[in-house]
Amino acid sequence: MRDRKVTQMLRKLALSTAAALALSSGAALAAGEGHVEDYAFSFEGPFGSYDQNQLQRGLQIFTEICSSCHGLNLVAYRTLSQEGGPMLPEDQMRAYAAQYTVFDPTADDGAGADVPAQQQDYFGTSGMQGAPDLSLIAKARAGFHGPYGTGLSQLFRGMGGAEYIASILTGYAENPDCAPDGIDGYYYNTAFSNGGYPETCVTEDGEHMVPGSWIAMPPPLAGDDVEFADGHSTEIHHEAQDIAAFLMWAAEPHLNARKQAGLTGVIFLTILAVLLYLTNKRLWAPYKHRKA
Amino acid sequence: MSGIPHDHYEPKTRIEKWLHSRLPVVSLLYDTLMIPTPRNLNWMWIWGIVLVFALVLQIATGVVLVMHYTPQVDLAFRSVEHIMRDVNGGHMIRYFHANGASLFFVAVYLHMFRGLYYGSYKAPREVTWIIGMLIYLVMMATGFMGYVLPWGQMSFHGTAVITGLFGAIPFMGESIQSWLLGAGAVGQPALNRFFSLHYLLPFILLGLVIVHVWAFHTTGNNNPTGVEVRRTSKEEAQKDTLPFWPYFVIKDLFALVVILVIFMAIVGFMPNYLGHPDNYTPANPLATPSHIVPEWYFLPFYAILRAFTADVWLVQLVQFVSFGIIDAKFFGVLAMFGAILVMALVPWLDTSSVRSGRFRPMFKWWFALLCIDFVVLAWVGAQTPNELMSWISLIAAAYWFAYFLVIMPILGVIEKPLTPPSSIEEDFNAHYPAE
Repeated sequence: MRDRKVTQMLRKLALSTAAALALSSGAALAAGEGHVEDYAFSFEGPFGSYDQNQLQRGLQIFTEICSSCHGLNLVAYRTLSQEGGPMLPEDQMRAYAAQYTVFDPTADDGAGADVPAQQQDYFGTSGMQGAPDLSLIAKARAGFHGPYGTGLSQLFRGMGGAEYIASILTGYAENPDCAPDGIDGYYYNTAFSNGGYPETCVTEDGEHMVPGSWIAMPPPLAGDDVEFADGHSTEIHHEAQDIAAFLMWAAEPHLNARKQAGLTGVIFLTILAVLLYLTNKRLWAPYKHRKA
Repeated sequence: MSGIPHDHYEPKTRIEKWLHSRLPVVSLLYDTLMIPTPRNLNWMWIWGIVLVFALVLQIATGVVLVMHYTPQVDLAFRSVEHIMRDVNGGHMIRYFHANGASLFFVAVYLHMFRGLYYGSYKAPREVTWIIGMLIYLVMMATGFMGYVLPWGQMSFHGTAVITGLFGAIPFMGESIQSWLLGAGAVGQPALNRFFSLHYLLPFILLGLVIVHVWAFHTTGNNNPTGVEVRRTSKEEAQKDTLPFWPYFVIKDLFALVVILVIFMAIVGFMPNYLGHPDNYTPANPLATPSHIVPEWYFLPFYAILRAFTADVWLVQLVQFVSFGIIDAKFFGVLAMFGAILVMALVPWLDTSSVRSGRFRPMFKWWFALLCIDFVVLAWVGAQTPNELMSWISLIAAAYWFAYFLVIMPILGVIEKPLTPPSSIEEDFNAHYPAE
């Protein structure tokens, strides 16, 4: 009798929890959600690694477009030649650095002067107020802990900051019908989640009628913005993926080495586990398999 | 050391006798390593070794990280990136350390729930349990302070929120908060002292772990039946037990390595999965993240903190009765610490005559519900608060307290437990009958 009451109570609780979960999943668009496209990048998954050519194309896009406003102040020029990166030949890397200047306080007999940058110097800081530094942006915008806060999209589909960046760059759209004039000085972007949002696009329940929000950055890419030496496509989606891959490298320069170490570790530990399993089995055999 | 009769170390050679009469250190190590251990321990008894490994891993990697880290508000973030980019193997060491905290907490939660199910806290193991709870508290303090050190957005604003909890204490809250932070707000003094304490606390943890081990080596291990090892003679004790070395060392090492395979996969393939992306943005006091969440291992208790809002009648009642001294914010803080306190008091709240949950037909269900409750609390702790989430967290928090304060005392009285086997030998032989 008592047990039955317990079961009934358990059932009730289970039902209410299930109902609660169903309710929360029914919400159309919770405030501040943007549409992030699930691009396939070469560095996803346990065996993934950076595509050197893609990183070089991304570097070119960064140099010609992004760097006019954004900085990359945690990245040193020398790392452009590092293993697992864009791997520019050393002379090219030095030439690349020399395009820029840094302030050397000891130059000019202590008066200080701008001198050509060298390999040990760092990419500059953002030249525009409000334009975030991009060194870590691919990791700082990797917050896809969906669906329902479980983080499964990140786990199984490799959704991360690179997807977010590429989606932002390709996510610009005409102002939607609910706000034909948009917000003055801002641009509607279907992927950008934490910008301004016109009241006219919010339903009575506080839900958003269209994904994304309004972003201050004007559309940086339109397609055919650069010309690649290797003749690779400059279609906007390809450009967006190239720069996203480059920024992923900028944020995580040792990704290739890390995945390799992970794989080696997993293999060796698995072998060790098998050996320990067999040792354990043999050790306990006299006690677990006693003769009658 | 153990009350279970067993062979003790006898110095044989001359040098052993020489050392033994001066410092019986070999004897201490021998008795610790050869402790008679119940034969029937199952796979839930492996978390102890995982925890020891995690502590050693954290100290070892932490010592190296300190060599390259700078506890200064303008340099801390960059010095962590220096570790990630320029220090040889630095990215692996840091990822081991960051994910090592998660390994530590996964293991400690499973270890605690193991103890809760098998009644490992019951007499005569109350002291082991209490020290365990102290270890858990020190772990939380250490984990929290470690998260502050990279000085990212979540570090900074998380610190503001957590130290703000102490600010909710009536009358002296603000003074306590400034005393903790060393200033009126989160800044350089807070970073410096958290860095100092983050280095100190693991060694206190090490000391507590030694006392924890000492305590259960005195009482002997619990086991899945909750039946004590027979101590009337050495022969009987030997039928119930096997020495820790090699039988349990090898078993535990096997389990540890299996867990390390998963750990290695997380560190190698998705090291940021358990972290928060906002912490890759340098701390900016002027820009508060829209949604501040603690690390996953604090979420169940964070959910309890948030569950008791001003519109809950109990909160209103307490506020009225206390003449407004206990407001909703302070109530939440009390509830959060209370949730840990009730767990610490479980040796005296559990009235059951039987130790192990295996022989408690009704308890099993309530315990299963507690496990689900814990997961629900962790999940809801990460959600943006809204009406529905408030309800879920309130129900889940209420069950947490009800389990310890109401269900445990009553269940022991009304439940009719099954009869446990008469000895560990009987249980073990029932699992592995003679061939």
